[in-house]
Amino acid sequence: MEFILNPWPWYISGPLIAFVMAILLYFGKTFGMSSSLKTMCSALGANKFSDFFRFNWKDQRWNLTIVIGAIIGGFIAIQFLSNHTKTDLNPTTITELQQMGFENPGATLVPNEMFSFESLTSIKAIILLIIGGLLVGFGTRYASGCTSGHAITGLSSLQKQSLIAVIGFFIGGLIMTNFILPLIFKA
Amino acid sequence: MKYLKFLLVGIFFGIVLVKSEAVSWFRIYEMFRFQSFHMYGIIGTAIVTGLLFLQISKRKHFKNIIGEQIDAPKKEEGFIRFIVGGTIFGLGWALIGACPGPMYILLGTGVYSMIIVIIAALLGTFLYGILKSKLPH
Repeated sequence: MEFILNPWPWYISGPLIAFVMAILLYFGKTFGMSSSLKTMCSALGANKFSDFFRFNWKDQRWNLTIVIGAIIGGFIAIQFLSNHTKTDLNPTTITELQQMGFENPGATLVPNEMFSFESLTSIKAIILLIIGGLLVGFGTRYASGCTSGHAITGLSSLQKQSLIAVIGFFIGGLIMTNFILPLIFKA
Repeated sequence: MKYLKFLLVGIFFGIVLVKSEAVSWFRIYEMFRFQSFHMYGIIGTAIVTGLLFLQISKRKHFKNIIGEQIDAPKKEEGFIRFIVGGTIFGLGWALIGACPGPMYILLGTGVYSMIIVIIAALLGTFLYGILKSKLPH
């Protein structure tokens, strides 16, 4: 049981993620989490505004079911399968984040400074969440895929478009983490 | 019943991503600072395992449940959309520490402010749909 309750090592987790891709391909579907956003837009009436959302979203209900499952999975994992070990971050990472004003790096899955209810009273935190969401939603559709579709499915099927997209993910991620986050969270 | 298998896949996916700490904002930060191998290990072994699976299915002609050859979907042609879209996505990924899968999973773990992120992501997707014809691909 200890093995389940402790964080899982990368060499177990990676192949399990590949298993999710494999089983979805076996079911005749694809592993692409961001498509659910497009489906929800269409279901919410975005088809009135753009051809892009004009498709039968009901054919994509399987994808929305995975979303519901993922939410339940997150709940099960944190409630029943976790001993709430602190994330074993690099000490340098912890020091850096503390200098940027993050109180307890790794104690939670996300920093309270951005995501806790107390933070939601701060305009800054809300704006960051909104900008982050907008960038992810817009970027993933522009690039026609996210981590699951490009980094996992696209790279394991050796598609050069996915390699370009993943290079883009890293350009954006490196700029944000190394140059913009230090400006937002100035010590 | 038809959807039960997808619900189970979703639950499994959610559990794996929490237990692997791939949903941790701090792990994403650490990855983009090159201060840990953890996330590279996860993504790397996922790709290698996936590659083996796809190569073996091609050679052994594995069929899916509707009897078609198992293969990954082919991406559209283009360059700008992948590099620019990818970069925009990466900026958001590193800011909120979550890509679309983890957004939902984190909501399940009790990070309720993810609802704001998900709504914003829906809005971002909607904006792309509106602007699509004006953007270079």
